[in-house]
Amino acid sequence: MSDSKDAFILTVEDLTVSFDGFKAVNGLNFYVEPNECRVIIGPNGAGKTTVLDLICGRTKATGGSVQFKGQELLKMREDQIVHAGVGRKFQNPSVYEDLTVFENLEISYPRGYSVFGALAFRRDQAVRDRIAEIAEIIFLQNHLQEKAAYLSHGQKQWLEIGMLLIQDPELLMLDEPVAGMSVAERVKTAELLNRIIADRSVIVIEHDMKFVEDIATRVTVLHQGKLLAEGSMAHVQADPKVIEVYLGH
Amino acid sequence: MTDFPSMATGRDGRFLNRTEMLGAAALALLVFVLLPLALDPFRLNLFGKYLTYAFVAVGLVLCWGAGGILSLGQGIFFGLGGYALAMFLKLEASTPEATAIQSTPGIPDFMDWNQITALPGWWQPFHSLTFTIIAVVAVPVIFAFIIGTAMFRRRVGGVYFSIITQAIAAILTILIIGQQGYTGGVNGITDLRTLNGWDIRTDEAKTVLYFVNGALLFGCLALAQFVRRSKLGRILIAMRDREDRVRFSGYDVASFKIFVFCLGAAFAAIGGAMFTLQVGFMSPSFVGIVPSIEMVIFCAVGGRNSILGAVWGTLLVNWAKTTFSEGFPELWQFGMGALFIAVVLVFPDGLAGLWKQHVEPLFARLKPRPSAPQPAE
Repeated sequence: MSDSKDAFILTVEDLTVSFDGFKAVNGLNFYVEPNECRVIIGPNGAGKTTVLDLICGRTKATGGSVQFKGQELLKMREDQIVHAGVGRKFQNPSVYEDLTVFENLEISYPRGYSVFGALAFRRDQAVRDRIAEIAEIIFLQNHLQEKAAYLSHGQKQWLEIGMLLIQDPELLMLDEPVAGMSVAERVKTAELLNRIIADRSVIVIEHDMKFVEDIATRVTVLHQGKLLAEGSMAHVQADPKVIEVYLGH
Repeated sequence: MTDFPSMATGRDGRFLNRTEMLGAAALALLVFVLLPLALDPFRLNLFGKYLTYAFVAVGLVLCWGAGGILSLGQGIFFGLGGYALAMFLKLEASTPEATAIQSTPGIPDFMDWNQITALPGWWQPFHSLTFTIIAVVAVPVIFAFIIGTAMFRRRVGGVYFSIITQAIAAILTILIIGQQGYTGGVNGITDLRTLNGWDIRTDEAKTVLYFVNGALLFGCLALAQFVRRSKLGRILIAMRDREDRVRFSGYDVASFKIFVFCLGAAFAAIGGAMFTLQVGFMSPSFVGIVPSIEMVIFCAVGGRNSILGAVWGTLLVNWAKTTFSEGFPELWQFGMGALFIAVVLVFPDGLAGLWKQHVEPLFARLKPRPSAPQPAE
């Protein structure tokens, strides 16, 4: 596989992290192609969220390599990884509650990342237009001046997705994007996600099998920090090991 | 809850909203008109001294109120700024003629008392006023940069940062007291007379310095407002609430913290230098833990989210301190402690928070403004 590395946008090899001897992720290999939507599934404690944490730099790996477009991410700081083009949505909605929806999106606008860049940052027409455009996509166009703290759970999830969208990452990582949502919100979110995953690579962690079937190009099944199975949804659903540890329950 | 204008700054271009403009005007009226008219030169000088602490409090609004970085060592920077200027003034006061009775004329008196016979090399540049003015700001800022880099790059934050700044304040005090031949020790640098030949001890000079001090304070307030209004100001708030998330919005959190800590240090240093000029000396008692914590109390009482509130808080607490400690010197310490507890428990947003909660609605009722921007539904 390593001959065709260039064909992959993300190459994860031998990725290992150990917390006081407990290997949450153990020698994991997987490869993501451009424009692919990869869904990671697995039972609780399989290390799914940890894998995303390792890729985006939130957790430091013990060993292995994560290459994004040929750059080694494990050596980079979180903000540098963001600049390289990797965006991450957290499991619980992480928005800036004391700021308005507009300001949340503005902070995520990919310009003025340095201290003096931030001081000199001006809200020009391009910024306003982009924020208006994103707000429309995430159904929050009428909430721009509201503090994020006053949004509903589902709206916060959308806002965070919007904050990622405005960054326009080449690789988008979503951790349970529809968890805790009402049925109506779920339908809207699925529609939203289908729109935003169109022309970028995406890694999604999700438990909702219906949703996974809808969006997944390929599915990676994790179990106890290791790769259990990989392939199309139909392929992994038929895998006796996967049924045994995950789907069967 | 916070005083940070978010709704009000939905549009770019307005540096101050209506309330802030009125607040700034009221403060300017007090500082530049009412106090100078109402007070005799001695009392005015006293208020000038209080206002030097306000520089520190305004810096704390940015660091602590906005950025969530609670420094319990702002006395370090206040002191370094004050000492830098005191060194210049002391050298000017220590002419060979004025110090002819010393065994080594021409050096500061405390050096002579400590059997030092030549001016140390690191004192030499302080013969120059230009160098001194640069050093007043540069030395504390560089020191803050070193502390900030060492802490924030290693992601030391919260209580640990507070404790470490407090320890550094204590260490610096001990160092200054211990090296009395070079620093004037526990008495500090005293008996300062002239600034480039201009006698700073006269009532007239003190009045001029009061106004210079006020003008500099408003300069710092304007700069603080500029920072708060910029995207950097909003990043600070975001950082205070969800530091981790800010990294994934693409910002290097440490560099923002270092910046705001250095800015707070610069403000404190200007305040320290103005203190030296107006009070006529600088000593370790303005560097250590106690003054550093007092400055945090000034800021907290005024409202740690409001730059104007911080100035009002500083004036009020200090005025109360002087008034009560003249009458009941023993009780004041308890009063100060009680005040801090009250702020934390009863009005965490300080006077500015109380004003916003209770007084502004009254104004709003008295004067309905149909043109006021309505929050979007």
